[in-house]
Amino acid sequence: MTVALIVIAVVVVLLIVYLIAVYNGLIRRRNQIENAWSQIDVQLKRRLDLIPNLVETVKGYAAHERETLDAVIKARNSAIAAPDTPQAQGQADAALTASLRQVFALSEAYPDLKANQNFLALQEELTATEGRVAYARQFYNDSVLDYNNKIQAFPGNVVAGRMKFEAREYFEADEAARTVPTVEF
Amino acid sequence: MFELIRANKRRSVLLIAAFVGIAVVIGAVAGWLAGFGWIGVVLGLVISGAVAFASYWKADKIALAVSRARLADPDEYRRLHNLVEGLCIAGGLPKPAVYVVDDPAPNAFATGRNPKHAAIAVTTGLLEKLNRVELEGVIAHELSHIRNYDILVSTLAVTLVGSIAITTDIAIRMMWWNGGRERRDGDHDNGTNPLAYLGFALLILAPIIAKAMQATISRRRETLADVSACQLTRYPPGLISALEKLRDDKTVTHSASTATAHLWIEQPMSGVGDEGRLGSIHKLFDTHPPLDERISLLREL
Repeated sequence: MTVALIVIAVVVVLLIVYLIAVYNGLIRRRNQIENAWSQIDVQLKRRLDLIPNLVETVKGYAAHERETLDAVIKARNSAIAAPDTPQAQGQADAALTASLRQVFALSEAYPDLKANQNFLALQEELTATEGRVAYARQFYNDSVLDYNNKIQAFPGNVVAGRMKFEAREYFEADEAARTVPTVEF
Repeated sequence: MFELIRANKRRSVLLIAAFVGIAVVIGAVAGWLAGFGWIGVVLGLVISGAVAFASYWKADKIALAVSRARLADPDEYRRLHNLVEGLCIAGGLPKPAVYVVDDPAPNAFATGRNPKHAAIAVTTGLLEKLNRVELEGVIAHELSHIRNYDILVSTLAVTLVGSIAITTDIAIRMMWWNGGRERRDGDHDNGTNPLAYLGFALLILAPIIAKAMQATISRRRETLADVSACQLTRYPPGLISALEKLRDDKTVTHSASTATAHLWIEQPMSGVGDEGRLGSIHKLFDTHPPLDERISLLREL
């Protein structure tokens, strides 16, 4: 009798410990998604911060290319104003990428600009930040995939169903953003 | 991936256990032969324990120092830092310390004990000869080693294998000092050096030990890191063309030593100018699959 009780008690305790572990695993993954999402924002902001510098530098060499520069500033402003949804931000970001490509194309026509250290540094910085944005999104999607797998598969689904863990959405690039700009080095 | 990490942690424990075990056996045999008994065991245990402990905490610094790596200046090596940062975001890793090795041969390695305490080193040759996407592929390969905890096993191996090699060397030399010759004036009562037997045993055992170590730091991890690198960059052609450049480049990585050979992305030409008895032992440390094999595997992705 007592033996049976002890066995049952041990099993129950083990089960509870196991469920806590599963729950903590889900929490950790959900937090990772939050972190990944804010990482995207950080990189997008960093990119926006770099643009005024770029415009100033280019102005010194190609002042009469006003149109191209205005387009960049306009794209930047609409990116800042864009509502905080993946869809809107993705579109604004794609427009910005396109206008930046125009600026970098300008450097082909202005050898002095192309040789300017500051310009080169900014170009490197912007290219890198663009890459970081893409990587941050990739990490976000990887995190979502991992999390969704966990809450939909056993044993995660048992805990997730009762604890209100909901599947997250992936970040999906729209057509404009999907075409990767080809930049020559 | 988590299975990989667990396996690597298990291997690290095994590596340390095997190392301490071997040292204790050597200590015991030496103690028995030279007549100082159990002190040999204690000595083996203490020394190997100290080496293993130091290896865990300091082996990455040793590996970097041996390769003459210096911290990469964030302004001078902006692109390198940018690429590392970007890929760390993709992998959700903290940014490792970035080092540069002044060496014209294109090569790279990662070291450390966990992602929080990791370092990645590239040669100046690599920075010169590869373009951005290729460099990105190589860095992703190194970051995969960090993420999979390959660095823990292989960095431990640097110092543990290194100290076995030194011990073997010492034992072999002791053998010649006084190995089995006739007695001369000034000798002690016993005309032979009992440690010579140990030297003989080690001479035979060392390659076997090396083989065992090779099994723990298996060649498969290079291929695995190649594949996970492409999972990070989502662009296999970058790494493929980087590996092709590494294959076609015949410059010898002088900064690599036999103890660190298995760390590098491409096997540095170890054994070059390295002749004789130990040269053949070092050949057993062929830890990298041929580059052609790795390239064709990536092409299938």
